[in-house]
Amino acid sequence: MKYIDEYRKKELILSISQKIQKRSVKDIVLMEVCGGHTMAIQRFGLRSLLPSSIRLISGPGCPVCVSSQQFLDQAMAYARQPDVILTTYGDLIRVPGSVTSLEKERAAGRDVRIVYSVLESLDIARQNPDKKVVFLGIGFETTAPATAAAIVQARERNLGNFFVLSAHKVMPPVMKALLDEGVKIDGFIAPGHVSAITGTSIYNDLAEKYKLGVVVSGFEPADMMQAVLMLTEQLEANSPKVEVQYNRVVHIEGNKMAQHLLNEVFVAADDVWRGLGMIPESGLKISPKFADFDATKHFNVPVEPSTEPKGCICGQILRGNKTPVDCKLFAKACTPDHPVGACMVSGEGTCASYYKYRD
Amino acid sequence: MCLAIPAKVLSVDGIAAVVSIEGVEYTASLLMLDNVVAGDYIMLHAGFAIQKVDAEEAEETLRLLQEETDNRPGI
Amino acid sequence: MPDETNILLGHGSGGHLMHKLINDVFIRHFSNDILLQQTDAALLHIESSEIAFTTDSFVIDPLFFPGGDIGKLAVCGTVNDLAVSGAIPLYLSVACVIEEGFPLSQLDKIAASIAAEASIAGVQIVTGDTKVVNKGKCDKIFINTAGIGRVETSMRGVAAGNSVAEGDVIIVSGSIGDHGMAVMNVRESFNFKSNLESDCASLNGLIQAAANAVNLKFMRDPTRGGVATVLNELAVKTNLGVVISEPSLIVKPAVKALCELLGFDPLHVANEGKVVIVVSPNEADLALKTLRNHPLGTDASIIGHMVNNHSGRVLLENETGGRRIIEMLSGDQLPRIC
Repeated sequence: MKYIDEYRKKELILSISQKIQKRSVKDIVLMEVCGGHTMAIQRFGLRSLLPSSIRLISGPGCPVCVSSQQFLDQAMAYARQPDVILTTYGDLIRVPGSVTSLEKERAAGRDVRIVYSVLESLDIARQNPDKKVVFLGIGFETTAPATAAAIVQARERNLGNFFVLSAHKVMPPVMKALLDEGVKIDGFIAPGHVSAITGTSIYNDLAEKYKLGVVVSGFEPADMMQAVLMLTEQLEANSPKVEVQYNRVVHIEGNKMAQHLLNEVFVAADDVWRGLGMIPESGLKISPKFADFDATKHFNVPVEPSTEPKGCICGQILRGNKTPVDCKLFAKACTPDHPVGACMVSGEGTCASYYKYRD
Repeated sequence: MCLAIPAKVLSVDGIAAVVSIEGVEYTASLLMLDNVVAGDYIMLHAGFAIQKVDAEEAEETLRLLQEETDNRPGI
Repeated sequence: MPDETNILLGHGSGGHLMHKLINDVFIRHFSNDILLQQTDAALLHIESSEIAFTTDSFVIDPLFFPGGDIGKLAVCGTVNDLAVSGAIPLYLSVACVIEEGFPLSQLDKIAASIAAEASIAGVQIVTGDTKVVNKGKCDKIFINTAGIGRVETSMRGVAAGNSVAEGDVIIVSGSIGDHGMAVMNVRESFNFKSNLESDCASLNGLIQAAANAVNLKFMRDPTRGGVATVLNELAVKTNLGVVISEPSLIVKPAVKALCELLGFDPLHVANEGKVVIVVSPNEADLALKTLRNHPLGTDASIIGHMVNNHSGRVLLENETGGRRIIEMLSGDQLPRIC
C-alpha cells in the first residue's frame, strides 16, 4: 500500500533503532497521546527496538477510553427511546456505562447501528423521516470536523431528525493538565492526524512554557522511530521545540477548512474525561447556533447519576503514576471481556495491553 | 486520532471524490478539503479526506531514512 | 388464488402444499436414490469402524454474497468439518426454517447452490426437513446441515494433534481473511466497493490430496475467529508454543486495505475455504507442493512452527523481528476510528 509499506521497511526501522541506541540521554519518559500511536507501538513491537533507558508511555489518547460514564449513560438513555436510531463508531459499542452497554442495548432490541462515517448517519436520518437519528460524536480534533460538516449539511438540507451527542475533546488541555499535576514526561510524541487538522501552534506552550519537546509523528513504524530519534536529539542538545516528523501530511498551519468547520459548529467547554475527571476547556460542545442538532437540547431523558467503579485506578494509570498490576481489579474483576475502567475498555488501553502480555 | 489511510483520488465530483485503496473504492467527502484532483493522494478518515499527502515531502522523508540506512553497513 | 411467489405458512403444514414445495424445490435439486425413498430416516450402508458425524447451522446475513450464498456455505461448512476431522464426507441432511413471505425464487436459488456444491464435494443430500414460521420469527431462512463421513484409518487423531512436536511446521492453504471481509463489506452500510469474494469452498479434495502425500499431524479450518483462534487451539491442545511470521501470511490487497481502513486484524477474520495443517519439518516441502498443485491451494504458505517454550501461546514475529502475542478474541472485531 502506497505511503504505508515504504515506512514499514525493516532496514529503515533498524537503522534508526541503532542510531537511537547510540544516544546518550538516559532514563527519559516519552508520552504519546494518541490511540493510533499506542496501537502502532504494540503492533510493530517498537518498545523492543528502543534501549531500556527510553520509556514510552501512553497518555489519554484513546477517545473511546476517555468517554465519560455520564456520556455513555446518556447515549443509552436515548437508545431506549422508542423512535430513536442510535448511530455510533464501532469501538464504542462495548464500552460499559454504569449499568449496561450499547451492545447489550442492541441485544435487547434497541436500534443501535455502527457507522464508518457520520455521513451514513445523515443518510439514515434522510431515509427514516419518522425516526430520530442520534449520532455519538466521539474523537479528537481529527474527527470533530467530520461531525461539524455533518451538522452543517443537516442544516443545509433542513434535516429535522438528526442530532449529535457530542463528547468530542481536544488534546492540549489534557497534555498540560498532566504536566501541571507533576507527571514526569520528558517529551511528547504528538498525534499526526490531530495535527494535520489543527496545525502545530497548539503545542507551542508545551515547548515554550513547559520546556518540553514535541514531535508530531506519523503512524508507521519508521515514522515513530524517527520521532523518538528527533526527541532524543532535542534532549541531548537541551533544546526543546515543536518539530514535525510527519511532514508529508502535517503543515504548520494545519487544515484551515477543517478548523473553520470546528469554529463554526463547536465551542470549547469543560469536559469530563473518564479516569481523569473534569478538565477545563477540553471538550467541544455544539454552539447555540446549531442547537437544533444538539441532542442534549432536544431530548429530555432522565439519566441516573453515574457511579465510578470502586477500586478502579485508571486515573493513576492514565497519568503514568501506576501500572495495571498495581490495581486490585486488574485481571480479576476487570478483564477485556468485562472491562471496568477506561484503560481496559479498548484494545489500545494500557490495561488491555498489559493483560495481553501478562504471564 | 488516528486511523487515516492514504488513498488515491480517481475522480472528483463537487464535494466528493472517488478514491481507491488497493482497488477498494470509496466515495470520500471533500467537505474539509479543496483543490483535490485525480491522481492526488489524500488521507481518508471516517469517510472524509482530511489532508493531502505531499509526494515531495514523502520522498524527502524516505530519502533521509534511506540515507541513514546506507550509512549503516550490516543492516 | 394462492400466492405462489412467496413462502406461506401452509408450506410448513405437512399437507399438499408442503409436499409440492419439497418436490418442486428440494427433490428437484437434490435428487438421488436414497432421497427418493422419502422415508422418515435415510438408511445408509457405511463400511467402517469409525464414523464422523457433525452438525452446523447457518444464519448468515446477507444470504447472497460475492463468491457464494447461504446454501453453498451450508454444504462447505459441514463437508469441511468432516474433512478436517480426517473423514471422507458422504451424506448430508438439510433442514430449513423459513420465514413466511420468503420469496420462492430465492429458495430455489439456494437449493440449487446446495445441490451444486454437494456435487462438487461428492456428497449426497439424503434427508431433510422444512419448517415455516410466522413473519418476524426468523430472519428469512436458517439452514442446518448435519453430515456423516467415514474416517480414514490413516487420519485418525488428526483433530487431536497428539503427535505434534517442537519444530513441526504450520501451513495455511492460502490467503486469509477473504470470507469475513467480503461478507462484512456487503452487510454493513460502509459503502466500500471492492471485488473481494468469499473463499467459500469444499476442502475435502484438497485435504485428501495432502493426506495421500504426507502425514497430517493436525488440521483445522479457520472459520469464525480466524487463523488466530485455530492457532490458539493448537497451542493449548499441544501445550507447546506457536510462532508465526507476519511476512509469511498471504493477505489479498483488498483484504489488507479493508483491514487497515477499519482497524481489523486479518488473523481474526473468518475464512470458509482454507485449512491450517501441521506437518513434520521433513515433509513440509512436499506438503506445500501438494497443496499448491491443487486449485484450492495455489497460495499455500508456511506461516510458522511449534516451539517448546511459550506453552499455550501464539506469538507473531513481525518484519523487524519484534514479537507480539496473538490472542483469541472474545467477540467480533469492531471498526475503530483511532
